[in-house]
Amino acid sequence: MATATYTGTEKPNYLNWKTTVASWLLTYDHKRIAILYLVSISIFFLLGGLAAAFIRLDLATPKGDLLTSDIYNKMFTTHGVIMIFLFLIPSIPAVFGNFLLPLMIGARDVAFPRLNLLSWYFFMAGALLVLIALFRGGIDTGWTFYTPYSSSFAKGEVSLAIVGVFLAGFASIFTGINFLVTIHKMRAPGMTWFRLPLFVWAMYATSLIQVLGTPVVAITLLLVAVERTFRIGIFDPNLGGDPILYQHLFWFYSHPAVYIMILPAMGVISEVLSAFSKRRVFGYHFVAFSSLAIAIIGFLVWGHHMFSTGQSMYAGIVFSFLTWIVAIPSAIKIFNWMATIWKGRVHWDTPMLYALGFMGLFVIGGLTGLHLAAMATNVHLTDTYFIVAHFHYVMVGGAIMGYLAALHFWWPKMTGRMYPEGWGKLAAMLVFVGFNLTFFPQFILGYMGMPRRYHSYPEEWAVLNVLSTAGSSVLGFGYLLPVIYLTWSLKYGKVVTERNPWGARGLEWELVDPVPDPHNFERIPIVTRPAYDYAHPEEPTGFVPKPRPVVVGGKDG
Amino acid sequence: MSVKELEKTATLEHAGDGQHHGDGILGEQFETLEQQNTSYLIGMWAFIVQEVLFFGAIFAAYAIYRFKYVTEFTLAHHELSVPFGTLNTFVLLFSSYTMARAVRAAMQNRHKKQAFYLFLTFLFAGVFMVNKYFEYSAKFEHHLFPGGDYDAHKVVKHAKEKGELRVVEENGREFYELGKTRDGQFTAFTKVTPEEFEQRTRLFFGFYFVMTGLHGLHVLIGMIIIGILIGRAWIDHLKNKPIADFMPVEMTGLYWHLVDIVWIFLFPLLYLIGR
Repeated sequence: MATATYTGTEKPNYLNWKTTVASWLLTYDHKRIAILYLVSISIFFLLGGLAAAFIRLDLATPKGDLLTSDIYNKMFTTHGVIMIFLFLIPSIPAVFGNFLLPLMIGARDVAFPRLNLLSWYFFMAGALLVLIALFRGGIDTGWTFYTPYSSSFAKGEVSLAIVGVFLAGFASIFTGINFLVTIHKMRAPGMTWFRLPLFVWAMYATSLIQVLGTPVVAITLLLVAVERTFRIGIFDPNLGGDPILYQHLFWFYSHPAVYIMILPAMGVISEVLSAFSKRRVFGYHFVAFSSLAIAIIGFLVWGHHMFSTGQSMYAGIVFSFLTWIVAIPSAIKIFNWMATIWKGRVHWDTPMLYALGFMGLFVIGGLTGLHLAAMATNVHLTDTYFIVAHFHYVMVGGAIMGYLAALHFWWPKMTGRMYPEGWGKLAAMLVFVGFNLTFFPQFILGYMGMPRRYHSYPEEWAVLNVLSTAGSSVLGFGYLLPVIYLTWSLKYGKVVTERNPWGARGLEWELVDPVPDPHNFERIPIVTRPAYDYAHPEEPTGFVPKPRPVVVGGKDG
Repeated sequence: MSVKELEKTATLEHAGDGQHHGDGILGEQFETLEQQNTSYLIGMWAFIVQEVLFFGAIFAAYAIYRFKYVTEFTLAHHELSVPFGTLNTFVLLFSSYTMARAVRAAMQNRHKKQAFYLFLTFLFAGVFMVNKYFEYSAKFEHHLFPGGDYDAHKVVKHAKEKGELRVVEENGREFYELGKTRDGQFTAFTKVTPEEFEQRTRLFFGFYFVMTGLHGLHVLIGMIIIGILIGRAWIDHLKNKPIADFMPVEMTGLYWHLVDIVWIFLFPLLYLIGR
C-alpha cells in the first residue's frame, strides 16, 4: 500500500492527512468512520425516498394507475426496510454519535475503534444483502415481516433480507456497546456526568436500547428465516405456532427502536437550541434524565402495537397506561426547550430552523400518539393513514429534522466548509411546508378510515391524496436541495477559518483547529465548566494542561 | 475539585503515557492501563448482556411452547441422548475450569502455563463439538431433523412402547391419545391428530436444533479465539516476554463462561424435562 501521507502546507486534519482509499476503508478514526456512515446512509436515504416517491405518485389517482398492486406492495416494503434499518437506526448515532461523542467528552477516540470499523462493515454487509433481496424481485412483507405471511406465504428473498437486517442489527449493537463504554470510561478529567452535553446523555440512552433491544429482534427474525426454510411452526398457526408471539418479540425491539431514532434527534435539538439562543438548556438534569426515562419506559410499551391483534384486554389496559406515561418525559423535554429559547437571543440560522421545525412537528406526532395509545380510539384508527401520519410526524418530522439540523450545525466542523446559508434556509422551509402538506392530510384520511398499505381508494378521498402527493414532491425537492448544495459546498463552500463559527459552547468547538486533528486533542483537556455555559462566553469549557508535540502516524496503521 | 487539583491528577495520569503507549499494550485512545482494562471489562459485560437477551428471547419462545405442548414436548425429548448431554455438560464445566486457570496464568504472565490451559480448554471444546456431531448425525439418521424428511414415527414408536401414546380411531379417523400408563391403566391427557403430533414434535426438534446450533456456533467461535490466544501465548513464551496483555484472555474467559452457562440452561430444558 502506497502511503500518501500529507505533504501540504496547511495544518493536517483528519480529512487530508492520508488520502488513499485504504486509509479510509481501514481507518480506526471515529471521525472517518462517521464519514463512511454518512456517505452510505445518504445513498440509502435517496433509495428509500425514491420508493416513497413511487408510492405517493401511485396514490395520486384513486385507482393507483402507476404501479400494479404487487409492485406497490414491494415499494412500501422497500421504503420501510431501507428507511428504518438502513437509514433511521444508524442515522444520528452512527454519523454524529461517532463523530461527536469523543470530541464532546474530550477523548482521543471511542473505546473500541476496531469494533467501530467492524460495525460499519457489518452494516454494509447487511445493507448489501437487503439490496440484493430487493433487486432480485423485491419483497412484499412490509418492514415488520409479520408472520405467518412472511414465514409461509411471501414470495421472494425474504430470508436474505432478514439476514441483512440481522447483520445491520449487530452493527447497531456494536455501536451501542462502544458508546456505553466510551461515555463511562473515556470522559476527560473534570467532565463529570452532569457536565456532559445533553447529546451525550441522549446517546447513552440510545445505546442502552441498542444493546438491550436489538438482540431480541435479531433472534426473532432469525426464527422467521428458520421457519421459512424448515417449516417449523414457531409463528405460523397452520404449523402449530403463534403469530402473536412474533408480534410480542418483534415489538419488544421495534417499539424501543422508535426511541433509537428519536432520542439522538432530541439530543441534537438540545445542542442546537441552546447554541442559537445562546442560553444554557433550561432544566439540564430533567432533560438528561428524561432521555433515560424514555429509554426505560420505552421497553414497557410494546403491547400497544397489538391492541387489535388478539392480545388480552387487560394487557392492553396496562400497555395503554404505560404508553401515556412516555408522554411525560417527552413533554418535559419540549417544555424545557421552550424555556431555553425564552428570553434568549435567537439566531435564525438553518440548524435553528430545523430545530424549531422539530419542536412543532414532534409535538403533533407525540400528541397523536396518545390517540393511538387509547384503546378505544385505537380500534378505529389502527392500520389507517392516521398511524402512517403519526409515525411520519415522529420519525420524519422528528428524527430527520434533527438529523438535518445536526448535519448543518456540524457541517463546518466535519468538512471545514460552510454550506450556503440562503439555500439552507430555503430547503428548511421547503421541508417544513412539504412535510406538513404531505402528512397532515393523512391524519384526516386515516380518521375517515383510509387503510394503510392499500394500493387504491374510493374517489372521495382523491383530493386529500392529491394534496399529500403534491406535498411529497415539495418535500422531495426540499431533501434534494441539501444533497446538492452540501455536495457543492465540499468544493466551493466558504472555507471556515474560525474554529467556532456559531459561537457555540462545548469541547468540539474549542478544538485548536476548525477541522479536527486526526488525534482530536493534542493533550486530553481538563474540563472546568458545565455544558452550555453561555453566561460566561469568555471562559472556555476546558483547557489543555500543557503542550506536547503532535504525534503524526501510528493512528491509522 | 479545583482546577489545580484537576491539573495535578491529569499530569499524573499523563506521566506514564509515553512508556505505556510504546509497549503495544496500551491503546492510543486510552490514557492509562487501568482505564483500558475497565473499558474492556465493561464492554465485554455489555456484550454478555446482549447475548443473554439474544438467547433469552428464544428461551422465552421455547418456554411458551413447552407450556402449550407439554405432553408432545416431553415425548419428543425422550429421543435426546441423556448420556451424551451429561457428558457434554461435564466437558464444558471442565473447560470452564481450565479457562479460569488460563486466565490466572495470564495474569501472572506465565505464558507456557497459560498456553497449556488454553490448549486443554480448546481440547474440551473440541470434544464437545465431536459429541455434538455424533448426536446430530443420529438425529439426521432417525429423520428427526426438522427438514424435508422429518418423520415422527420413532417418537410414536417409543411412546407406544412406554405406554404413553395410544392410537385410537374415531369416525374412521386416526388419533393419538397421549398420557401415562399406571398399573396397566392408561390415562389420556390429550388427544391429537397424527399431523398435529408431527408438527409439535417437529417444533421441539426445531427448537433443539436452533438452540443447540446457536450454542454450538458460539463454541466454534470460542475455539477460533482460543486457538489464536494459544498461538499468541506460545509466541510470548518463546520470546520470553516479561509482560503481556492479559485482557484478551480475561475477556475470552468471560465469553467462555457465558457459553458454558447457556449450556447449563439448555441441558435441563431440552434433555431433562419430564424426568
